[in-house]
Amino acid sequence: MASTLAPAPLVPADQRTPTDPVRDLSPRVSLRETVSQTLAMAWRATKKMRRNPEQFFDVTVQPLLFTAMFAYIFGGAISGDVASYLPIVIPGVLAQTALTACMATGVQLREDMDKGVFDRFKSLPIARIAPLAGPMVADLLRYATAAVLTVAVGLAMGFRPGGGFLGTLAGIALTVVAGWSLAWIFTWLGTVARTAQSVQGISMMIMFPLTFLSNAFVPTSTLPGWLEAFVRVNPVSHVVSAVRDLMNDGQVTGEVGWALLGCAIVVAVFAPLAVRSYSRKM
Amino acid sequence: MKPGGVRLGDMDDTTALPLPARHPDRAGPAVSAHGLVKTFGGLRAVDGIDLEVRRGEVFGVLGPNGAGKTTMLRMLATLLPIDGGRAEIFGVDVASRAHEVRQLVGVTGQYASVDENLTARENLRLFGRLQGLPSRRAKATATELLGSFGLEEAADRTIAQFSGGMRRRLDLAASLITRPPLIFLDEPTTGLDPRTRGQMWDTIRALVADGCTVLLTTQYLDEADQLADRIAVIDHGRTVAEGTPDELKSSVGTTTLQLRLTDRDRVDDAADVVRRLLGEEPVRTPESGGLNVALADADRAGDVLIALREAELSVASVSVAKPTLDEVFLALTGRPTDADAETDASDDTPRDRPDHPTQEAS
Repeated sequence: MASTLAPAPLVPADQRTPTDPVRDLSPRVSLRETVSQTLAMAWRATKKMRRNPEQFFDVTVQPLLFTAMFAYIFGGAISGDVASYLPIVIPGVLAQTALTACMATGVQLREDMDKGVFDRFKSLPIARIAPLAGPMVADLLRYATAAVLTVAVGLAMGFRPGGGFLGTLAGIALTVVAGWSLAWIFTWLGTVARTAQSVQGISMMIMFPLTFLSNAFVPTSTLPGWLEAFVRVNPVSHVVSAVRDLMNDGQVTGEVGWALLGCAIVVAVFAPLAVRSYSRKM
Repeated sequence: MKPGGVRLGDMDDTTALPLPARHPDRAGPAVSAHGLVKTFGGLRAVDGIDLEVRRGEVFGVLGPNGAGKTTMLRMLATLLPIDGGRAEIFGVDVASRAHEVRQLVGVTGQYASVDENLTARENLRLFGRLQGLPSRRAKATATELLGSFGLEEAADRTIAQFSGGMRRRLDLAASLITRPPLIFLDEPTTGLDPRTRGQMWDTIRALVADGCTVLLTTQYLDEADQLADRIAVIDHGRTVAEGTPDELKSSVGTTTLQLRLTDRDRVDDAADVVRRLLGEEPVRTPESGGLNVALADADRAGDVLIALREAELSVASVSVAKPTLDEVFLALTGRPTDADAETDASDDTPRDRPDHPTQEAS
């Protein structure tokens, strides 16, 4: 190529007119800018999901598998028969799939952060929270998919929620909110851990006690006293109880309030922690 | 987000400062750094670098791998915290006003920092949206940049299918969305084939003609020579020389004569001959039997060969080349660029590599 062989000479320094650096610099990111940057990041995440549909594997297969599995295995032992166990186990599986889904949020964030594009995100004058919050907004889609599928499988197996359509919808909404809030724990983990594998490993150790040491699958009265005490304060128990109240009774009980409060506390603690360690990293 | 005072928008601490001037300095240098330091554990990757880049110029930072070039650039670009010293971009302090500095600098990294999962167009749209362009403007800017970087045809392919050169170009395009007055280019052509390299150089020249100030790092002397108005040579985190390309080159001669002797044991004799003839110390190459001789004038190559012939030193191969970074380094620092140079500096014997025993046999 001719241009390679005979490159255009550099314009002599005294003939250049430097770009005027004078521009209005804003001292910080406004809330409005933060929201629009977060939405731009969410747009990026949905594009990514469309190109890697296997990201939906955990939120499609797991609800199908676990709902059926738990219902048929534990149904007879715990509630006498499968049909009467469904109102107990469906909210439990909902909470469990939401937790698994938000665990993946942390793992994927960690993977993403190793890529060169995160360098650019850091060098841009954008809110430090946007690269973290963006994927989490997009992940609302995943939580919703998981919740709707779980309920659908339940309905197919004979689950007839007493709370009716609105109660069921409210239960699904609460699951999505809880998933989104708890995801901040895993997002924070994603910003502190060294590798995606370690995020996965640590997340597993958090997720299993949280789901199984709760009232998700068994009535708490069967547990020894010390364990019952833990189960009572476990936020997952509150979410499960709240979802049960909404779906089975159609009632907005105190449990719903506790669940929402728990979620708010988790976000208030872990979102700033995550942003802090993200902006310090590297 | 959560109410209650935690400013999630930007955790960089700008609140404690006196009210910052809304405009950067109109007349001062584009970049000014004093005594920059970065330590990683015990290693001082950047060890007190001073730097001043004038507005509108192309400033080249030349140095071998691990000299601290990238670390320095990352500190100036707010990607790494500064451990010591001060830096200002158009008079705006880098450490305390990172958010404002980010509005003034476009960064193009050594490894293309674009999103592999998106197409070229989507990448540019995303970066435009993130920097506050309205949706339609972001689209238009993306199309415009794709055109001027010759990427229209590949615009809707994902980056995973891009060649190295295309990625670099897209990366540079992404840095130009808001037309920042200062561009950092970290080894813009490392790993590119010569043709793509030439295209990249042309693109950088066009940027400069447009009035951008450019700070670039490179391992290649010819790249710095082609592009930069002024060059700083850095090694082990320190500046070892600074000047125009001509000044640097005159310190190492314009041409290098590369010799390899048939009889490897007579390298010292050959070095003596060269020293007597030219009054300069030749450089021994890492493989035994090799000598590099800096020449102020390519015509002197013949004189050297004749002198060797007269001394009955037989030459296995001869070539004439432009000075390499190694020679610039030797001329400037008195030792080669290798990391193990200190231990070998006093040792005059040609260095055989103990980790490559096969080389000795050959």
